[in-house]
Amino acid sequence: MTNGMTMSGWGLILIFTALVALLAKPVGQWLFALYEGHDTPLHRLLGPVERGFYRASGLDPAREQGWLAYGLHMLAFQVVLTLFTYAILRLQGVLPMNPRGLAGIGADGAINTAIAFVTNTNWQWYAGESVLSNFSQMVGLTIHNFLSAATGIAIAFALFRGFARHEAKTVGNFWADCTRVTLYLLLPLCVVYALFLVACGVPQTFASLVEAHTLEGAKQAIVLGPVASQEAIKMLGTNGGGFYNANSAHPFENPSALTNFVQMLSIFAIGSGLTWCFGRAVGNTRQGWAILCAMLILFVAGAGIAYWQEADGATLAMAGGHMEGKEVRFGIAVSALFSAVTTAASCGAVNAMHDSFTAIGGLIPIFNMQLGEIVIGGVGSGIYGFLLFALLAVFVAGLMVGRTPEYVGKKIEAREVKLAVLAIAVLPLSILGFTALAAVLPAGLAGPLNKGPHGFSEILYAFSSATANNGSAFAGLSAGTPFYNGLLGVAMWVGRFFVIIPVLAIAGSLAAKRHTPATAGSFPTTGVLWVGLLIGVILILGGLTFLPSLALGPIADQVSVLAHTAF
Amino acid sequence: MLKTFVSALRPSLVMTAGFALLLGGAYPLAITAAAQALFPHQANGSLIERNGRVIGSDLLAQGFTAPGYFHPRPSAANYDASASAGSNLGPASAALAQRIAKDATALRAQGYPDVPPAMVTTSASGLDPHISPEAALLQAPRVAQARHMPVERVEALVRAAIETPLAGVLGENRINVLRLNLALDGAGHAGA
Repeated sequence: MTNGMTMSGWGLILIFTALVALLAKPVGQWLFALYEGHDTPLHRLLGPVERGFYRASGLDPAREQGWLAYGLHMLAFQVVLTLFTYAILRLQGVLPMNPRGLAGIGADGAINTAIAFVTNTNWQWYAGESVLSNFSQMVGLTIHNFLSAATGIAIAFALFRGFARHEAKTVGNFWADCTRVTLYLLLPLCVVYALFLVACGVPQTFASLVEAHTLEGAKQAIVLGPVASQEAIKMLGTNGGGFYNANSAHPFENPSALTNFVQMLSIFAIGSGLTWCFGRAVGNTRQGWAILCAMLILFVAGAGIAYWQEADGATLAMAGGHMEGKEVRFGIAVSALFSAVTTAASCGAVNAMHDSFTAIGGLIPIFNMQLGEIVIGGVGSGIYGFLLFALLAVFVAGLMVGRTPEYVGKKIEAREVKLAVLAIAVLPLSILGFTALAAVLPAGLAGPLNKGPHGFSEILYAFSSATANNGSAFAGLSAGTPFYNGLLGVAMWVGRFFVIIPVLAIAGSLAAKRHTPATAGSFPTTGVLWVGLLIGVILILGGLTFLPSLALGPIADQVSVLAHTAF
Repeated sequence: MLKTFVSALRPSLVMTAGFALLLGGAYPLAITAAAQALFPHQANGSLIERNGRVIGSDLLAQGFTAPGYFHPRPSAANYDASASAGSNLGPASAALAQRIAKDATALRAQGYPDVPPAMVTTSASGLDPHISPEAALLQAPRVAQARHMPVERVEALVRAAIETPLAGVLGENRINVLRLNLALDGAGHAGA
């Protein structure tokens, strides 16, 4: 059996990666202006809206907050947003724009979905087109695609300030960060992007249903809606919650290879820019480039392995089965690339069904998520998650040379390392703990569609996805039950905020420190050695923690396939 | 700490309301208005009409079964454009292997000399509108026979319908089945 990899497939992966690197500086410069609170050309247009929001809220955007106040304001906002969407989903039946008369969502499903969208996860236990009205999609969900992304970027800004400031008590104003990112970055980009998508074929209408009469005399009910406006922010904000069940595999969400390529770029655009913004914020853009470099090496490795496996005919029970769950207009290379992009970032959109991937092709998305989605990562969450690993890496380097570790001009001491470990430990605790629980309880075992090791992979994927706030799935899992809605809801909340709070505490602790100038003895955090150390720490920590669970799932799956054992 | 949290409630409520109006209301409304003005065909689902009746969307597969039409890929969603879905069967799934073997046998019985992988696998959405040019050419003899058309004529229609990758790298060679079937009907011979 030969491998179907092609030069153009590899060419595409490399061109894509180069474009992501090229986006870092222009996007980063725009982000840096917002980070600093500088005016952009858009302030003239949207400035009144921004000021109006502050006035109505009784806020002074110039009044900065310490890390705890910043976190508490953020948290209060998230709680209110969760309740807002919970109410909309519960009341769907009596709310407007519901010509199909769809009923309200049950309590467990509604709270799961509200949490899913507030935490930037966008886990979907339901099929969007059959369960949600246009009002629920627009008002209940699209708003979070913006605000959860803006919140992630705000947290990243607070952490950047922690590194950049000296002997300071504050890390910024949450409301100012969140509002500015939404108004001057996400919203204008989405206006242009959504119209581009419409031009390429993505529907944008308030009509809900069209009935077609086919050439053979059958009827086909076609669900339409305001898809493009949701699709644009779904990708840019690394949200991933689709209008339709099939997500970006649906021809209405992702009609062509061109929209697909732009969707992949838009998933990474802001995350890539944030690495540059970090470097600029700490006064040395090479710090940002080093991070981006480590991220892209990990990314190409993952995408390459996924492509190699997906194109390999020997890795399936049935010859030719590699097109199961894939679309012809994308093909194998692009489907493998998309899966690596969407799980390296915390997007969770899919253009192919990961559940039907080869065993190792499906391992890559799981592993990407288990690393905490720090390879470019979610908007904001990717860079702050990565910086946690950077702290551990300088700590390891410090142990090796016997010096107090330093990073971008700050001494890294016990408090920061403890907090970083606390945040990173959330991932294995939640992923492995909940997976173990679901794998022994009857309510959990009722979930998987596939039998054998792949059924376990479906459970492991679900909790990896929820905890890492990704939202993609091995979608064979029947997750629309109170058991899964409840546990996955907890996993999403814990995976988001039990990381954010320690990150903010680190920001506060760093901001209060003196500047420590680099000396000849400082460990350099820009060169090849540093990039290698970062990758090593990430892979060793991630690998050691999750390898056993992967052995029970995808690796056992691969062994079964090679032994011609089907389940 | 509690005091700070409580003091955050007013901005939380106001911002939720304000952003709901802006992002959940004004933004999709504005995009819809602009989309309907600039790209009405695409914004309304790229629908195809014949004799004033909607027969389908340019972007969605339909379940053609008559021998005189080209057939799409199998669909886990039964071509239901209000319930997209893939099969989600995994690499070691016995159910998947059996289904593929059964479908392959059926296709050979229909006269396929060779079975292209995409024709025995369900797509991710269940609404994949495309098949590969090879999969279309394999169907050409059946279609030609059912329509009493010269097979060369049908093959010429297939070749004319091939869409190629953008800039040579983006996407795959493919054929939109519904559009090809419309071209067939337009070529002057009755369908089924």
